[in-house]
Amino acid sequence: MIGATTTDNGANGLVRLFLLVGLGVFALFPLVGSTFYVQLGTKVMVFAILAMSLNLLVGFTGLVSLGHAAFFGIAAYSVYFFTPGFTAASVWWTLPAAVGLAGLAALVIGALSLRTKGIFFLMVTLAFGQMVFFLFHDTPIGGSPDGVYVNAVPTFDALGIDLPELRDRYQLIEGGARAPFTLYYVTLACMLAVYAFLAVLLRSLFGHVIKGIRVNEHRMRALGYPVYGYKLASFVIAGLLGGLAGYLWAVQSLFVNPELAGWHMSAEILLMVILGGMGTIYGPILGALALEALRELAEIAIEYGVTASNAIGLTEMDPHRAATDYYLLVEGVVIIAIVIVLPRGLSGLIEDLAAYLRSGRRSAKGEAEQAT
Amino acid sequence: MSFDVFADPAIFLVQLLNATQQGLLLFLIASGLTLIFGIMGIINLAHGSFYMVGAYAAYAVAEATGSFWLALPIGVAAGIALGYVLERLLFRFFYERDHLYQVLLTFGLILIFEEVRGMMFGEDTHRALTPEALDFSIPLLGVQSYPAYRLAISVICLLVALGLYLLISRTRLGMMIRAGAYNREMVQALGINITFVYAAVFGLGTGLAALAGLLEAPVASVEPGISGRYLIISFVVVVIGGIGSVKGAFYGALLIGFVDTFAKVIVPEAAGMSVYLLMAAVLLWRPTGLFGRPA
Repeated sequence: MIGATTTDNGANGLVRLFLLVGLGVFALFPLVGSTFYVQLGTKVMVFAILAMSLNLLVGFTGLVSLGHAAFFGIAAYSVYFFTPGFTAASVWWTLPAAVGLAGLAALVIGALSLRTKGIFFLMVTLAFGQMVFFLFHDTPIGGSPDGVYVNAVPTFDALGIDLPELRDRYQLIEGGARAPFTLYYVTLACMLAVYAFLAVLLRSLFGHVIKGIRVNEHRMRALGYPVYGYKLASFVIAGLLGGLAGYLWAVQSLFVNPELAGWHMSAEILLMVILGGMGTIYGPILGALALEALRELAEIAIEYGVTASNAIGLTEMDPHRAATDYYLLVEGVVIIAIVIVLPRGLSGLIEDLAAYLRSGRRSAKGEAEQAT
Repeated sequence: MSFDVFADPAIFLVQLLNATQQGLLLFLIASGLTLIFGIMGIINLAHGSFYMVGAYAAYAVAEATGSFWLALPIGVAAGIALGYVLERLLFRFFYERDHLYQVLLTFGLILIFEEVRGMMFGEDTHRALTPEALDFSIPLLGVQSYPAYRLAISVICLLVALGLYLLISRTRLGMMIRAGAYNREMVQALGINITFVYAAVFGLGTGLAALAGLLEAPVASVEPGISGRYLIISFVVVVIGGIGSVKGAFYGALLIGFVDTFAKVIVPEAAGMSVYLLMAAVLLWRPTGLFGRPA
């Protein structure tokens, strides 16, 4: 049995404190971070949304999908479809349309895939994901197998007032003031909204039913719940949220390629979910953050290592190239280490720590009471 | 869309032979995958990496010794040994764990295989030597001719398929494999050394994938990323044929070989999607595959 080991969605006090501190760090980060790291932060939050959406399936409904990147890719490509030339389109219709397309795809793919179970479901979602990959890779719809540029940032206005452009600017505004990192804060707001939405959803009757399906599908069916419908609804919601992430990704990078929908991407999202821990709503955020941090740290470590071994004449490599070349080796080893030693992910570690601190305090309090 | 392929019987025959060869190669890969699924319940995304091991072994050994026939046993042995060692070191700890963790474990292995390949062979594209004895073409109808080596691939694959059939249906090991696929616990309870059967099946499966890589190396490029060349499509074969069914893998692989080859000729821009559409159609009709046991 996989999935939640703790009864999440009512995070306890210590965990809640941890989350609030984390939120503060996210909110204040652009005040201190360089443009490069703020853009990286936006990317991390986009992946956090994507991983949270997959976690609804994997961690809470018990459906291991290996084709989730398809919905990410479809929404990302939609931004390209909706801005064919250099004319920007408004966020207010492109966002719902892109997310809607992803949801529609999830409805069709889910309706077919959910006829199967377990390992079959995994492989069928994998295959459908590849079908979407080839749709963008081979057919004229996708433009080019190497990817295409989105030429205009969607316009973002409210009640006739132009809001700042949806970008994390590259340079400081005149006079040393910081550029408004609009996209960063829009993405942060989206991430919080997705978190809140999932928290409410999982507390609702719907949430209890899908969690019941994860634990014992037959019993839920015997209780009279239309299990297929609930699973499909969960699949479509996950697809919609994954689409939101895809839209934000396309707006940030202004470039989309078939790999966004490919199975390597699906596996990476799954990795974020597991790394963060699938029993909790916030786990995948940690996973997305940790994976990006790992990438940065590993590249820095490899660069230093190669520079050092060059200096003593052991190797003759370009440190920067070695970092990008060998990063995946580090990632591979780390993935295997995680599945072996940390199956409940980082949030499992945090929950354990919180439980330990709580029990420690309780026993200390008990001893104090006994002493008096 | 163009149906010219059906107009000229010679071109049609060439495509027919190509489809058969691709289907049979696919069978070598998918049969290992389906056996490993069926008996150990392991979903092995790194299966394609053994195809890569075979292809690079063909290139490296043939380059070093000048003999393709020497590369064949060495490459297959490497595939079997590597599979056996990984089963003992890693996979056996994952039999009872959720498929989710198996997916991640094997995804991690793919990355490691690919990086080690990069360190050993670099990022250039290579091609293995065609064995000299088979380096000629056989004339077909009219002006068309067909490389003898490509025909030899099909013949070797058919012989391997026959051997696999005999192994599974006629030998004691085959009996254990069939029983293991049907009911693991019962086989264990009867006192059969399931540990050995598992390691043997794993080595057999990875050896077959390596053989496919070896055989195809002289006619397809040996390059970075080839571990993914047949990976997903062999999963589709397993889904279509039914998990654990070698017979299903055989017919499924041939079906995919034909659909893929002819789709590339008839509708090139949608060829990549064709096999997945086929899979969707099969699943609508039979959710457990053509030869799968109903769940």
